[in-house]
Amino acid sequence: MSSIDKTSTPPEDHVVENPEAAAAAVTAVDPRLLVREQGLAGYISEFKRKMKAGDLGSIPVVIGLAIIWIIFQSLNSNFLTAGNLSDISVAMVGTGMIAVGIVFVLLLGEIDLSVGSVSGVAGASFAVLNVTNGMSEWLAFVLAILTGTAAGAIHGFFFAKIGVPAFAVTLAGLLFWNGFMLKILGDNGTINLDSDGLVAKLTSYYFSDVAAAYGLAIAATALFFLSSFYGNRRREAAGVPSRPLSDTILRTVLLAIVSFAVAMVYNSYKGLPLAVVLFIAVLLLTDFVLRRTAYGRKVFALGGSVEASRRAGINVEMIRISVFAISGTFAAIGGLFIASKIASANQGAGAGDLLMNAIAAAVIGGTSLFGGRGRTWNALLGVLVIVSIQYGLALEGIASPVQYMITGGVLLATVVIDAVTRKTQKTAGRA
Amino acid sequence: MVHVSATPVLALRGVSKRFGAVQALTDVELEVHAGEVVALVGDNGAGKSTLVKTIAGVHPIDDGVIEWDGKPVSINRPHDAQNLGIATVYQDLALCDNIDVVGNLYLGREVRKRGVLDEVEMERRSRELLDTLSIRIPSVRIPIASLSGGQRQTVAIARSMLGEPKLVILDEPTAALGVEQTAQVLDLVERLRERGHAVILISHNMADVKAVADKVAVLRLGRNNGVFEVKSTSQEEIISAITGATDNAVTRRAARTNGEIKK
Repeated sequence: MSSIDKTSTPPEDHVVENPEAAAAAVTAVDPRLLVREQGLAGYISEFKRKMKAGDLGSIPVVIGLAIIWIIFQSLNSNFLTAGNLSDISVAMVGTGMIAVGIVFVLLLGEIDLSVGSVSGVAGASFAVLNVTNGMSEWLAFVLAILTGTAAGAIHGFFFAKIGVPAFAVTLAGLLFWNGFMLKILGDNGTINLDSDGLVAKLTSYYFSDVAAAYGLAIAATALFFLSSFYGNRRREAAGVPSRPLSDTILRTVLLAIVSFAVAMVYNSYKGLPLAVVLFIAVLLLTDFVLRRTAYGRKVFALGGSVEASRRAGINVEMIRISVFAISGTFAAIGGLFIASKIASANQGAGAGDLLMNAIAAAVIGGTSLFGGRGRTWNALLGVLVIVSIQYGLALEGIASPVQYMITGGVLLATVVIDAVTRKTQKTAGRA
Repeated sequence: MVHVSATPVLALRGVSKRFGAVQALTDVELEVHAGEVVALVGDNGAGKSTLVKTIAGVHPIDDGVIEWDGKPVSINRPHDAQNLGIATVYQDLALCDNIDVVGNLYLGREVRKRGVLDEVEMERRSRELLDTLSIRIPSVRIPIASLSGGQRQTVAIARSMLGEPKLVILDEPTAALGVEQTAQVLDLVERLRERGHAVILISHNMADVKAVADKVAVLRLGRNNGVFEVKSTSQEEIISAITGATDNAVTRRAARTNGEIKK
């Protein structure tokens, strides 16, 4: 089976021996059809076409990240050590989790400004319930996350049912939940968490057995290969265009290289961090929900056209409320990871640059501010960029004012790229 | 002309609709049979869109009866109309630009396998559907944004066919289309008729109406202003009915009795 798109070719030429003939056959129908050649040449021409059309995907971020790493490594040879990389990856999880929720909201073309405050509320509720009131850890943990879900659902209600702009609702939420957190923390201001407890373990636990990291790398690679292989087999059986085997193998090899490199880095330090495993699990789950379920399709549809979604019978209000509830939930989860990192809940939680970093992470990763385009994996790339900058500057002893300015510059650059690619895509008819 | 069944698929009897102080529709009568294309024409503000929206369930009617297969039904929500088997393609096509053709065709009625989207099955069925309607687009996996206006129109019409509707309502499907694309859409309308669907076609373009419609129902100022057989009516007669040049009691009576004889 070839990879050639044969939408309009008659069924009798199912077996395509050479690409030129196929191209000619398709051209006979409509000269404007996008024909993809087979093999490596096809890859390169497809890549060039995508570049021209402004379909950049994750490439700008990956290149940007490489440049950032090279600069910091040349400034300080401690930057690319296993220890520093491992610390960066654990430190990024809190903001990264919040950014996952932001990706959902951005897909609708909306914004959630309350996530910082909501994350603070989650940390504080856990501390108050568990430490002050002696509630069991697990129950307090679940309740703290549900607090975030409820807060998000309330924002969603005012946005979807009452019609208040999301910007305004969540701005009110930002103030309200910050006040709520200060209120429940009480006069003390800071509550220390059990340093061996559940929440502390979120960022302090490492799977020190080398088999853990390598095993996960093998499992991820094998799972990816098998799912793409069988997916393609099904497509072939159904007679719809599928990827050639060489394509699947190339992607598998790439994934194998990356995952084994990461596993090696972890194993030469403390081992595989629990926080990173949980973050990857969340990314896999949310990516699956967004791209493989009817719910995810509805979220994308709303980001594309609200009117079209409504006419297609989608319950617009419910989707909107649920997306804000998801955003609140991930804000709460992120808040618990942040509380875990410092093993306490304090009055400063959720303030400062957390909100901006979470939104910036989603956008830097490639999620469009205009709705309808993005993946939760964007959150991983984006937060990696932001935390790398923070750690690199900290190694250099550069104070946070400069840090803010640099992160601001990176964010601006990304938004400019987003706006420019959108323009290019419009002219190439792909926006 | 294609075989026409005795009982109309859809019949409107004395339908009225008012919005506040505006009487948008007054005692409108309309009949559509299976395998028949009825063109609904009239000047701007004549009530075409309102009439279509009452059938599609967007605006419930105030007075009158809607009959479906000879039985009176109430259509209060878009959902009711869909359940009866009425599919509407609005002028603003209501497609999601960021989603591919397959995704748009199946938006809101995704094929699922164990709770997960069955992309392969949807893609296979999409190709089948587009093939049977002889619709040609570059790929079913490119975003709608990449398609031309005519291609979007055909995707929107194909989308309406997925629920196997008995009645398809097309709101100005050829407005803003080029010569070639218009021909493609008109071909598609004829294919719908051949497949036994009843079609209501709203159009300002007399050439299109003459080309594909079997009957022309004229609305003027929210009232019926005659139903004509396309074959035996000249373009001038239709136009004078639209503009009201023959708007008087005599012609209205003639149109009414003409309709009763056919019943």
